[in-house]
Amino acid sequence: MAVSLREYRARIRSVESTKKITRAMELIAASRIIKAQQRAQQAAPYARELTRAVSALVTYSNTDHPLTTEPEDPKRAAILIVTSDRGLAGAYSSSVLKEGERLAERLRGEGKEVVTYLTGRKGEAYFRFRGREIADSWSGFSDQPRYENAKQVGEALIGAFTADEGEPEQVDEVHLVYTQFRSMLVQEPHAVRMLPLEIVESDERPERDEVLPLYEFEPSPQEVLDALLPKYVQSRIFYALLQASASELAARQKAMKSATDNAEELIKKYTRIANQARQAGITQEISEIVGGVNALADANAAGD
Amino acid sequence: MAKTMQVSLVAADREVWSGEATVVNCRTLAGEIGIMADHQPVMSVLAGGQVDVRTVEDGHWVAAVDGGFISVADNHVRLLCEYAELSHESDFEEAKRLMEERKAALEGED
Repeated sequence: MAVSLREYRARIRSVESTKKITRAMELIAASRIIKAQQRAQQAAPYARELTRAVSALVTYSNTDHPLTTEPEDPKRAAILIVTSDRGLAGAYSSSVLKEGERLAERLRGEGKEVVTYLTGRKGEAYFRFRGREIADSWSGFSDQPRYENAKQVGEALIGAFTADEGEPEQVDEVHLVYTQFRSMLVQEPHAVRMLPLEIVESDERPERDEVLPLYEFEPSPQEVLDALLPKYVQSRIFYALLQASASELAARQKAMKSATDNAEELIKKYTRIANQARQAGITQEISEIVGGVNALADANAAGD
Repeated sequence: MAKTMQVSLVAADREVWSGEATVVNCRTLAGEIGIMADHQPVMSVLAGGQVDVRTVEDGHWVAAVDGGFISVADNHVRLLCEYAELSHESDFEEAKRLMEERKAALEGED
């Protein structure tokens, strides 16, 4: 035996305490997911009503708005990547960052300059470590985003999009990369173009057969649109942040579950080896005693 | 009894109130607007201020909103605000504390 029995016992103890920690993290993540899903549900009415309002407005008034007009020759594109603040969530952050890289690569292929915006400390660390430039970043809310956070991010992005030509932060399009929460088991990184806004698309689409009422706009369609669209963008960002937080927690729960399982496996393995070592020790002792008795018996026989 | 309509007050992160009401009074950018049942479809921008709703059976509530939208259609009034708080749910001391906090933060930035 290469390692003594005592050392195996120490290893088992240390894996046991690791297991306790990962198990606790798994349970915490599991309980928070429910809350995150509830928050997403609570935010749904606002998003749904806003979407209805925007589609009514777009259908019944043919007003143009800076946020919906396609720039003729897009040169600079902004990407907002939603990552987590903390690790230990498996491949969560790295897969969304990878998706971001893919999108950036594609945009560069189209001859656009890419500007990166980030939320979450993991993303910041990833970019800083590689010495890449970040236009702006926000962190500290990845597992519990609030509307204020979405508002802050949205204001910055809208500001960059509507900035005048020639200003340093000016961009021609804004893309959003986040992780969609499909189910407890499946979370997919997802990239969408957010600005300029395309024809209203949302998960909360009003029923097809529902006829939109003929609204009267006060003070004027243009003014309503001016006020509505930024809120719509912010609500989309909020939706993305909520999805991302639910995904992060689900990913963390999954990662911690497999860590706990692995720890259990390891404990089993070490216990087996430790038992073997103990048995080997006993066997050796017995054979030494038997050997000693035989030797004594031989010596006595010789002496007779 | 006066005819009623469906009213929902929705904030960005939750539905604050929904139910039957007879009159909704609120401020829009174009001025004060009062809505009763069977109002024609209107969509307007809310100004920050208070929303005053008379519910069925002489009920009454007031909410503080920070601006948003009102849309009226099919006898359903939807009030969309980023932040909204009902008067009987809000906590004056808490609001005061938050205000002081923000004030201190703003002064710190200067």
